[in-house]
Parts: sequence; structure tokens; C-alpha cells
Amino acid sequence: MKNIFLFIFVLTTTFCVAQKRNAKATLQVDGVCQMCKERIEKASIKAKGVKIADWNVETHELKLIYNQKKTSLEDIKKSIAAVGHDVEEMKATDEAYNSVHPCCRYRDEVVQDDHKTGKTE
Amino acid sequence: MKYLFNILFLSVSLLSFSQEKIQGTILEKNDKNKSLPLLGANVYWLNTDVGTVTDFDGKFSLSYKKEYQRLVISYVGFKTDTITVKNPSKKITHKLTPKSSLDEVKVVSRKQATSRSYLDSQNTMNVSSDELLKAACCNLSESFETNPSIDVNFADAISGTRQIKMLGLTSPYILIAMENIPTVRGAAQAYGLTFTPGTWVESIQITKGAGSVVNGYESIAGQINAELQKPLKDDKLFVNLYGASSTRLEGNVHYNTSVSKKWSTGVYVHGNMHQEKHDVNDDGFLDMPLYEQVNVMNRWQYTDNENGLVGFINLRFLDDYKQTGELNFDPKTDKLTTNAWGSEIETRRYDISGKLGYVNPDLPWQTLGVQFAVSSHQQDSYFGLRQYNIEHNSIYSNIMYNSIISDSRHKIKTGISFTYDAYDELVETQNFERIDNSVGGFFEYQFDNLEKLNLTAGARIDNHNRLGLFVTPRFHMRYTPWGKSAFRASFGRGKRSANIFAENQNLFSTARNINIIESEGGDIYGLDPEIAWNYGVSYLQGFNLFGQKGDVAFDFYRTDFKNQVVVDWENPRAISFYNLENESSANSFQAELNYNLLKGFDTRFAYKYYNVKTKYQTGEKIKPLTAQHRFFANASYATPVKNNSRWKFDITYNWLGKQRFASTASNPSQYQLPEYSPEVNTVNAQITKVFSPKFEIYVGGENITNVRQPNPILGTENPFGSNFDSTFVYGPIFGSLYYAGLRYRIK
Repeated sequence: MKNIFLFIFVLTTTFCVAQKRNAKATLQVDGVCQMCKERIEKASIKAKGVKIADWNVETHELKLIYNQKKTSLEDIKKSIAAVGHDVEEMKATDEAYNSVHPCCRYRDEVVQDDHKTGKTE
Repeated sequence: MKYLFNILFLSVSLLSFSQEKIQGTILEKNDKNKSLPLLGANVYWLNTDVGTVTDFDGKFSLSYKKEYQRLVISYVGFKTDTITVKNPSKKITHKLTPKSSLDEVKVVSRKQATSRSYLDSQNTMNVSSDELLKAACCNLSESFETNPSIDVNFADAISGTRQIKMLGLTSPYILIAMENIPTVRGAAQAYGLTFTPGTWVESIQITKGAGSVVNGYESIAGQINAELQKPLKDDKLFVNLYGASSTRLEGNVHYNTSVSKKWSTGVYVHGNMHQEKHDVNDDGFLDMPLYEQVNVMNRWQYTDNENGLVGFINLRFLDDYKQTGELNFDPKTDKLTTNAWGSEIETRRYDISGKLGYVNPDLPWQTLGVQFAVSSHQQDSYFGLRQYNIEHNSIYSNIMYNSIISDSRHKIKTGISFTYDAYDELVETQNFERIDNSVGGFFEYQFDNLEKLNLTAGARIDNHNRLGLFVTPRFHMRYTPWGKSAFRASFGRGKRSANIFAENQNLFSTARNINIIESEGGDIYGLDPEIAWNYGVSYLQGFNLFGQKGDVAFDFYRTDFKNQVVVDWENPRAISFYNLENESSANSFQAELNYNLLKGFDTRFAYKYYNVKTKYQTGEKIKPLTAQHRFFANASYATPVKNNSRWKFDITYNWLGKQRFASTASNPSQYQLPEYSPEVNTVNAQITKVFSPKFEIYVGGENITNVRQPNPILGTENPFGSNFDSTFVYGPIFGSLYYAGLRYRIK
């Protein structure tokens, strides 16, 4: 009996290490506002296998839970970069970046300041 | 993962300088004294190029040389600080203060006191405590006066109770819950809204239409949920005193404290009384009852964030006493005699409820909620010679599990519920006893494509000892074709047993005979349960005009009764209850405009049209005392905050079109009423002066134009005669009323 449990335990843990169904990750994603939040979360969740995505406007942290069997962190990053947001070392192409709403141009310091001082929401 | 990046970040500075280092943490300074780390703050030595940025935890590490002394810490949106470093081996912890310009942000994105969601699939309005403060709402029944979706009417000329209506239907068709536990129901239906003091209410959610299946099958016109103050969030001490020109006095005290790391508790005490007799219209009857209420609640809140547990335990006790009738009525000598007509209503209620919520810390979408409520309600009363006592013991329990399917666009809710209600009534000389119980399961699926569409589809199956085994389907959807808009559609079914006496207690203040026309196999007072379908569509559009925000909303709802327990007042000698199949419906249309005219100046206008028709035994008629046309306007202005103080002004105007009186054609001519009532215009206003976040005072007036219904009671000269009737109330009885009060709070 004991051995069976041990076996199952070992099996599940190795299984988990190999490919977690609920793997957690935190990514740094650049953005400035609620509109960015929507765009980032949408892009993440639309990557197949992402179960939940929550981006924090202040810390720029994107918290993810995803199924490693269905997707990889690399793929998720790609889909976020594809909608115009820089993810850690992966920069969005200028074309993608330019597709975001003008008020979301997070690389622009003027835009950043506007959001901090409340000139734009 | 995090560490990896820490290393990555730090390695930059590590590699470039391998000299002596200083280390530290940069935090955000906030009111709550919570240490929120600041990510990405710039830290550099004054007049050098040597610097770094803080990591996720606000930590930094920076090379140090003796000639460096002054360290600059800056972050956009925060005041830049320069600190002197004397001891480089000591870890630095520094808090940055947000710039005052952040106050500006608050003003710009100022929260609306009442807001409609653009995203929710249900047509729900959230009424915050700010809105509730616009009128010195003493209890829940008075807190809807600035909200056009709910109509507040007087139930009768005797008890002074207000009755609320939604979509033209009376409160029994609305599911009224406290923190999602159905509360104002059964024996509490008539006066239950006056049993929750206004200051206990944190916010109210009003959902028009079928609503969710989670809280049961009873709602037909809509759902109202009141969230109560929470010990952890409410002020440490809150005192409210209120006095009105009618000599109505009210007092509220809240005291909240945390008893341990995980437990906090709050004690909420409310008392009100009114001891002076008024008879402005000289009809020999009190215009409003004398009353006394003691209401106590003790809440315990449990929070364990690490393990994802939240819980509440509530204990409530209520004692409410009302006396009314003729001016010369003395209950000691005249009770249940023909010396003078009088009435006493004494209610005692005990409530115990508990709630436990669990959020899986690893998988935040998995939550489990358990609710349990037990109540005992006892009302002893008499109205003239008619006695009415009701005892209602109730149990409500609900277990709900939330999760997602594949990802957070697909959410599910499922669970089971159990209810038990024991009624024991004495109606004059007749006894009615009944036990209702039900077991049910529900499932609700929510889809949100994160863009234009979301929908909620739910169903429940219940097995009820009197209503049988039945399915309750409900559906809501929202579609946003363009910016700031929301089209909504919903349909749903509701089923309920009508507590005909508890819901229509005003019948006792009449000389009418009670007439129940039983249905075959009818199991509730000989009557069948009520079944209705509700359909609705609505459209909300936000806009910017002259740089200010506004929104306009239109909605149309139709309620089709498959089976209704009709309350027929059309014969002035009797009140009849009977089942009616497919012969009654209620249509309602509402157009509402909200516009922020100037900074701090909000306006709201609403027009409502109701067409509530029933095929009575005497023919199809509009429901009595339901105005077909109504207009509502509200304006509120708050001055900018200066030295912590500000003024707030609020004014509400209501116009009610003519209302149909139930037929009085067979009465002797002096007791006949016209077919319709006159129109009614009322104005309420309030001014609040906020002296500081701790203290404010308010003065206000209700019905300032002093509109009165001249003779609200028929047959006052002979209250024991056959023409006595106090149910023909279409407008205010007392006339204008002025009040003043104060609020004091310690955070």
C-alpha cells in the first residue's frame, strides 16, 4: 500500500515538474493604463492554455496561470508583444507598438507623466 | 522566477562596480500604513551617474564610495527625496510620499455615487454609501428616494410604512437580500425594510429583471441586495444623531475593533422613537404612528488571507413597536374595543447568520462559499377589532462553488440550497399554519469574450413541498457594438407562494371582508403559487458633452403572470384573493439621463411609464394606486474640498401622474371617490456641511412644498362602520417635515 502511494506521489510530482497544468508565472509587461490592462490580459488569455491573467497597472506585473501542456511562456510573451506591449526582453515591433491607442504609448515619457498626474485616465 | 529577475536586475550594477555597496528598500507611504514596495524607483547618488532602479520588492543595491553622501530617490508621481547616508553598512528603508497632484486624479476619475456597469450582463445599479447620504435615510425603505428605478409609496394611512415597487410591481415580487441572504420576505414583507437602519448599509445593488438563480427562485421583478458595514472597513467609531420636526428621533452608534490578527468585530446599535401625536388634517386619526425601535447587530469578521478564508458571523436582535389610530385611543383601556379605533404592532426578530468563503490560494478562480441563516420573527398586532399575529421561523442555507472552464472567459457557479419556513398565523379568529421547505440545485455559466459580448445563463431545479418540482431558467446578455454602450437582454422565470395576509396587512385597517376564492388543490391558503416570466431589454450609452460625462439609459421590461394571486380591491366591501391564469401583466418603460453638468454638479432625470393590468372579476383594469406616468429629477452639488471641509447640496423632485382608485361606485355617495387621484409633486432637499473627515452636519426637508392628501381615510367618523377604509393613499399625509442631524466618525 505504502509503495503504491509513494509511486503515485513520485509519479505526480515528476509529472508536475515536467508539465504543470496550473503553472504560475509573473512577467514584467510595459504599459500605462486600464486600456493597456485590458489589452494585455486579453492577449494573454487568448493564447491557448492561459487560464487567468491579471496585470497590475502600478507594478507592471502580469500574473499568469497557464497549462504548460498547451502553451509555453515564450508563446504567451509573443502574443502580448504582438498587440504592442514590451514583455521583459521581448520588445514589441514598432508596427505593433504603433497599433495601440495613442494614450497608451507607454514608451513616451509625456504619456507616462500624463497618466501619473491624471491628465488622462 | 522572481529571483531570476532580481539577479538579472542586480547583475547590471554588480558587474559594473564591485566596490563597497549599500542596500535598501523603497516603499510607498500610504494612509493604511501598509508597506507597498515601489518597483522601478530611481535611486542615485547626487551629482553622479551612479544609480539603479528598485526591483519587484522595492529593493536595491548600489555601489558606495566615501565621497558619495547624498542619495536621491525619485519616482514619477512621488515627491523626490534626498537622504544622507552616513553608515553604508546599514540597510536603508525609505518611504516615498505620493505627490499632492494625485488628489487631482481622484477628482478626474471621481466615483459616481450610483453607477451602472457597462460590462455586467445583468442590468445592475450599484448605489454607494455616498448616494445613501444624499437623503438622511433612516432605514432601508427610505434609502431609495434618490433612485428612480425604485418607487416608494405609502402602504396605507395607518401604519405609515412605505412600500417599494419595481417595474410597477410591489415588493413581494422583488427578492430583497442582505449580503445575498434573502431577508425581507415572509412575515417581514410588510415592515422588513424599516428593520435595517440606513447607516448599517454600505452599498445597495439593484438588479432589474430576472436576476441570478443563485439566490433562489422567488424573484420576479428584480433583486435588491444590501451590503452591510463590515467591521474591518467601517469606521472605528461612528455616531449619527437625527431629529425631525415631527419629533422623530434616531440614533446610531457603530463600534468596530479588531480582536486578533484574524478576527474583528463590530457592534451596531440603532434606536428610534416618535412620541408626539400629529393630526394635521384634523380627521381625528394620527398622521403617523407613534413608535419605538431598538435594533442591535453584532458582526464578526474573519480574514485569513494566507489560506484564502473569509467569514462573517452576524447576530441581530430587533424590537419594534408601533401604535396608531384615533387621537384619543389609549391601548390600556381601548385595546380591541369600540371605545376608540386603534392599532398596535409589536415585532420581535432574531437573526443569526454565518458566511464562509474560501479562495484557493493556488488557483484563485476556485472559490467555495457557504451561507447559513436562521431567523425567528414574531409579530403581534391588532387593527381596531381585527387581530393579526404571525410567527415565522426560517432557515436558509446555500453552498456555492465557483470555477472556470479552460480559462477565465468561461466561469461557472454551481451549488445547492435548502430552505425551511414555518408559519403560524392568527387572522382574526382563524388559524393558519404551514411549513414550507425546499431543496434545490443551481448551475450558472458566464461567458465573457472580453470585448463586445458576455452572457450569463443559469438554471435551478428545486423540490418544494408545496410548489412541487420545478425548473427556474434565467438568462442575461450584454452586447457592446460601439464605445461606451451596452445593449442588454434578459428573460427568466420566478415562482413563489404568496403570503396573502403578511403582504397585505393594510387590509386589516379597513372594514372589508376577507374573501379567499380557493383554487382546486390550492395548497397555500387554498391558492396556487404564483408563476411569472420576466423579459427585458435595455440600452445604456455613455457620452461626453462639453467636456463633461453623462449617460443615457432606456429600459423596457415585461412581466407575464402565468399564474397570479390577485389582490382584488374593486369591491369596497371586500378584499378578494384568487388565482388568475394568463390574465395579468406588467409593462414598464424607463428613460434616464445622468449628466455631470459641472465639476461636482450631477444631475439625473428619469421618466417612467407603467402599464400594470389585471383582469379582475369586474373586468380588465389598471392596478390601483400605480401612477402610469412618473417623472423624477435629482441634482446634487458638492463644493471642492478646502481645508478638509466642503458643502454638499442635494435636491430631488418627483412628479406622479394620476393614480386609479379601486372602485368605490357601490359606496354611499359621501364615501365615493373619483376614478383617479390628482397628480402629486414633491420636493426633498438636503444640505450637508462636512467640517472634516470626522464630523459633518446635515439639514434637510422632505416634501417642502407641503403637499398633502386631504382625506386619506374614508369613514373616519365611524371607524367601526362598514365604510372605514385607510388604503386609498396616493400622496403624503403629513405635509412638510424638516430634519437635522450629525455624523461623527473616527477612522
